[in-house]
Amino acid sequence: MLDLLWLLPSFPLMGFLILVLGGGRLPRQVAALVGAGSVGLSFVVAILVAVAFLNSGEEAIVQELWTWIAVGSFTPGFNLYLDGLSLVMMLVITGVGFLIHVYATGYMADDPGFARFFSYMNLFVAAMLMLVLGDNLVLLYLGWEGVGLCSYLLIGFWYTKPENGYAARKAFVVTRVGDTSMAIGLFLLFAHFGTLEIQELMQTADAEWAPGSTLPTIAALLLLGGAVGKSAQLPLQTWLPDAMAGPTPISALIHAATMVTAGVYLIARTHILFELAPSVQLLVAWIGLATLLLAGFTAMTQTDIKRILAYSTVSQIGYMFLGLGAGAWSASIFHLMTHAFFKALLFLGAGSVILAMHHEQNIFRMGALWNKTRISFASFLIGGLALTAFPFTSGFYSKDEILIGALELEGVGIWLWLGGVVGAFFTGLYTFRLIFIVFFGANRGHHCEGEYGGWNMALPLILLMGLSLAGGFISIPVETVFSHGEPHEEHHVSTLMHAIMIVVPLLGIGVSYLFYGARTLSVDRLMASTFAQGVYRFWQSGWGFDKLYDALFVKPFLWLSAINRADFVDSIYSGLAAAIQAGNKLMARTQTGLLSWYALTIVAGAVILITLGVML
Amino acid sequence: MDAIPIEHGLILAGILFCTGLVGVLTRRNIIFVLMSLEIMLNASGLAFIVAGARWGQAEGQIMFLMILTLAAAEVAVGLGLIIQMYRRYRTVDINVLSEMKG
Repeated sequence: MLDLLWLLPSFPLMGFLILVLGGGRLPRQVAALVGAGSVGLSFVVAILVAVAFLNSGEEAIVQELWTWIAVGSFTPGFNLYLDGLSLVMMLVITGVGFLIHVYATGYMADDPGFARFFSYMNLFVAAMLMLVLGDNLVLLYLGWEGVGLCSYLLIGFWYTKPENGYAARKAFVVTRVGDTSMAIGLFLLFAHFGTLEIQELMQTADAEWAPGSTLPTIAALLLLGGAVGKSAQLPLQTWLPDAMAGPTPISALIHAATMVTAGVYLIARTHILFELAPSVQLLVAWIGLATLLLAGFTAMTQTDIKRILAYSTVSQIGYMFLGLGAGAWSASIFHLMTHAFFKALLFLGAGSVILAMHHEQNIFRMGALWNKTRISFASFLIGGLALTAFPFTSGFYSKDEILIGALELEGVGIWLWLGGVVGAFFTGLYTFRLIFIVFFGANRGHHCEGEYGGWNMALPLILLMGLSLAGGFISIPVETVFSHGEPHEEHHVSTLMHAIMIVVPLLGIGVSYLFYGARTLSVDRLMASTFAQGVYRFWQSGWGFDKLYDALFVKPFLWLSAINRADFVDSIYSGLAAAIQAGNKLMARTQTGLLSWYALTIVAGAVILITLGVML
Repeated sequence: MDAIPIEHGLILAGILFCTGLVGVLTRRNIIFVLMSLEIMLNASGLAFIVAGARWGQAEGQIMFLMILTLAAAEVAVGLGLIIQMYRRYRTVDINVLSEMKG
């Protein structure tokens, strides 16, 4: 069964090829079958492989397919690597990805680009599987770039609107900044160890590099740059909210199963390197904390249902980074998995709401939907509870583990924990603000006829609801990946801390109920002062990062390109060409076509030659 | 009999040559151009003769015979071309043939 591993990325890739080559000629049913079916088959294979792997009791297996490139001593193989970490990732990607594909067959049913949509989606899943299964960093980088490409294609899927194209370009360029840093990191690692096999690399790095020395710090920093770009963390978080321009299933796929989790996976995969660079690891935690707070504040002020969810994703990935930075590797991966469940649920639920409201995305033009769109309401309720870490939902266990992991960190741990708890409060606040506004109160927008779509949209939602509720009880087999044979210590945290972690999100929900549910407290009164309005606008703009980058990078670049419109370097060559053309024109004027003129020039030439001959 | 000094012959040849040259350069009627060319050829022939007589060599006269043949052939071809030109353009103005203008 383990030999079937190579089929995993192959199915979606085949689906992609069929859909691309078949193009618009395939009937919709066939396109849907190929699109969703390929990922479904992948999921079946993933389960078979996972069962076989867990029964085999091996720590990791490598499937060697072929040598990919052979240049001197640089021979990265096209080899797949499976251990507990990639096992979890591949199950999440194919499982959640499959549900999203099924949902999309309903969501995109009326779209003219149906087959194109599924071809991109399949390529996306294939690239992401390549990323998590690659056993060397080059293969990982292939998947990494593939994911970036597909996100570009999908965010700009409705390409007739210029702003979608802009959002797609922004996502591509901003993540490219991180990718470049990661590529340099790979060069550095290769220059030192002559290999990019991840396991070999980690072992030699562990043996050769002293903890805290300069080289591992630089390498870890460069890899962190890549992770920060892909996972939309500070300071490269600006692309993710704009990525909402794509169709909603894409947002679900990008936010839940693929793309943004790549950065978390990369850091977890190379965690030995990060352990060799404690300062960078701590930086990871601080980046996570800063991002989760910043995104939490921003989410509270957004009015677009998808943007709220987008910022909540940024915030939740921040929690994962916090966990990674605190060394709670398995907790982070656990949160990655549960987050995939409930964020996919929330996004797909949002998709249903948006369709039921005739493509309205502003939450203030919705309302009182709870008894009209019951399935969406249930999705939001369960997803929201899991997101806010309500006791016994999946998010509760994973977030709990991350915060405890942070608390165990000596020194700054208590501050990281405190920040995380504050973030949890705001998570409750913004999530239930969304739910109260959209599903309760009065309807302030379009008339809503009820739930949109058939079983193919309802079933994924119901399954994801189950996973969001019960996902916390899944135990993931990643301990062997992260423990390096050391026995795992039991966490000892006082009941007080536990109580705080349970109560604080509930407080957030309570406050949002007072503001938006019962309306005992009024937002308008809060917003009366100019200071509050200023803060509101600041948060709503995402802490002014877009403006800052606009002023720092975009404007100077545009200015530079404006003054260099004529292209200075090019003008040297075009000047040369112009001089030659002028010379040619001059010479051409001597060709008058008049016989007497030719005779004269011959005579003049002869006279000159003879004169020269006589004089010299 | 006193030999004619070589300078006189050469000066005559030079004058003839320049006359022909000016004719070639300034005339627009192609028949006159051809005639001017003949004058130039004969001027150079005269120079050969004079030089041959000065040093008592036969090559000067041989060269003149060759120039004579060449001139005859040239006139034959040239006149044929002029007839063709006249048929096509109804003129013997040389400046009409300026299609090769750059």
